[in-house]
Amino acid sequence: MSQDSGSRIEGRGTALPEYLLRLGDDRLVLGHRLSEWCGHGPVLEEDIATANIALDLLGQATMFLRMAGQIEGQGRDEDALAYWRDENQFRNASIAELPRGDFGFTILRQFLFSAWAFHHLGTLATSANAELGAVAAKALKETRYHVRHSSEWVLRLGDGTAESHRRAQAALDELWPWTGELFWQDEVDAELRTAGVVPDLEPLRAPWEAMVGDVLARATLTLPAGPMRMSGGRRGRHTEHLGHMLAEMQIVARSHPGAKW
Amino acid sequence: MRLWEVFTQAGHGAPHEHAGSVHAPDAELALQNARDVYTRRGEAVNIWVVPSEEITASSPEDAGPFFDPGNDKPYRHPQFYKVPRGMKSE
Amino acid sequence: MTPADDTTRIQAFESRIARGETIEPKDWMPERYRKQLVRMMSQHAHSEVVGMLPEGNWLTRAPSLRRKISLLAKVQDEAGHGLYIYCGTETLGVDRDELIGQLLAGTAKYSSIFNYPTLTWADMGAIGWLVDGAAIVNQTALAKASFGPYARAMIRICKEENFHKRQGYEIMATLGAGTPAQKAMAQDALNRWWWPSLMMFGPSDKDSPNSAELLRWKVKQKGNDELRQRFINLTIPQGTAIGLTFPDPLLHHDAETGDWITGPIDWAEFHQVISGNGPMNRERLAARNQAHDEGAWVREAAEAYAAKHAATSREAA
Repeated sequence: MSQDSGSRIEGRGTALPEYLLRLGDDRLVLGHRLSEWCGHGPVLEEDIATANIALDLLGQATMFLRMAGQIEGQGRDEDALAYWRDENQFRNASIAELPRGDFGFTILRQFLFSAWAFHHLGTLATSANAELGAVAAKALKETRYHVRHSSEWVLRLGDGTAESHRRAQAALDELWPWTGELFWQDEVDAELRTAGVVPDLEPLRAPWEAMVGDVLARATLTLPAGPMRMSGGRRGRHTEHLGHMLAEMQIVARSHPGAKW
Repeated sequence: MRLWEVFTQAGHGAPHEHAGSVHAPDAELALQNARDVYTRRGEAVNIWVVPSEEITASSPEDAGPFFDPGNDKPYRHPQFYKVPRGMKSE
Repeated sequence: MTPADDTTRIQAFESRIARGETIEPKDWMPERYRKQLVRMMSQHAHSEVVGMLPEGNWLTRAPSLRRKISLLAKVQDEAGHGLYIYCGTETLGVDRDELIGQLLAGTAKYSSIFNYPTLTWADMGAIGWLVDGAAIVNQTALAKASFGPYARAMIRICKEENFHKRQGYEIMATLGAGTPAQKAMAQDALNRWWWPSLMMFGPSDKDSPNSAELLRWKVKQKGNDELRQRFINLTIPQGTAIGLTFPDPLLHHDAETGDWITGPIDWAEFHQVISGNGPMNRERLAARNQAHDEGAWVREAAEAYAAKHAATSREAA
């Protein structure tokens, strides 16, 4: 893996580990953000539900990062990747790293991401790489439930009270411009597409928009207009939020180099 | 929030058993909450949720007369009936 | 009902208890029994929920993915335990909202141990090993409680609690066998959590006003001192096995009884903490109040949606 901050990955054989980092980092960062809710949720049952989704995502992150380290072949395991990379080496979509905000923000973000992951994992499950396909298939099962849970809450918040509607709309307005990045592709995708290992993300846009549009309409929420944000997450160019998040996440591990936990 | 009673089925063909209760504003969330609270360790293949007030229960005072004592009515038990040796009853 | 009827009913009730029968929510019970149970069960539920906070404090800093996942699963379980017991308490005719209101207002008690701060990662090990360890000793006895819903909740909780203690002990063992800094971290955590965990069993029975009645009604099966001693005997060898020492210069083994005898417990500290002057009492309540207040609009939205759609399905029917 190149030590160069934010630079492209050159050469053969590095595309797959790079892609796996994207898959793993999305889930590690999003799972971490969700775990921040533990003990602070609006109702006890929801603390449990949120923790369930976070655990699923962290479990998926572990699988993808482990695979990335194995294929990379430089002796890095999932912990080395999670705790010893700097923010410009993380490959998550920026939408995942945004601070958790209020419950409406968390739910809308979860819904938009899970709906995308549902379509993405659905095609990834038929990857020419059997191991990747298997991990994706398992993750897909869990993601179905994430879509179900988050969409039901989107409905309740959008079509609940005037206040919940206002907050849900505000969350959607802020999150929508970050969704463009979920469909962003580069030469890493191109190389792996050719090999049948990963899908083209572009054809997933329409079904995703249909799924999301349907729920948002029923929730009486309005799809925002306007441009997508400049993206760079897949290349390590993140918002300022990720640095603070990682500082907290990595502090104990980094304070004791070489220690086992 | 309403209180819902949760019944889980441990495996296919098994009866649903009372697992506990959850709070939820409606049936869909009650089902999801029940799944998250009572089946995290793979304890169930199916769940029922019922609003607590929909359950009609016998009262403890009924224990005598309501549950007609069964041990003096042997004609309700298969052992009461004799069939010729070697003959199956079904 | 005449006083004579009442005495008869109480005698019948106490005979049921003596025979080892389970009391269910709709059974007749003395008002005092019902009150004691509501108090005990709601305190237990509050403890589980408040208990999520000291561990939640380190969730975002867990130093490996495996530890992160395990700790999150543990804290999730604690939410679940609170939930089981709140639901069990509701069978006695009291609303969860009312109980939570008491907690948030500071009028309800919860286990004093959660008013201590978690200062290092090693505290996650100490809490799992000592606090959950003490809880297991307590709860195993409660699994035979005379009140059905409480006993059943305890059985479910005991099953899940074992992984909590194991996880904590494994963390301590790993630290104990690690770098000098890790070993020091573990020892420091033990130094801070040992005495508070002994206090979890409550004052000596002779100083505990509720003990006698709860024992007669088989809500409690064993006295505080007996349970505390059991915990001490279990735990000392576990600590020694991983190279840690206990912060008690008077600790010694009594060859005759086989018991480990500790020095005196500082009950003044216990009373300080339980009456609201512990290091984190205010913060714990503030956190719960904040979560509750910030979540109000969410709960209202869910109710509003349910009402709208119940109306719709009634019209459609």
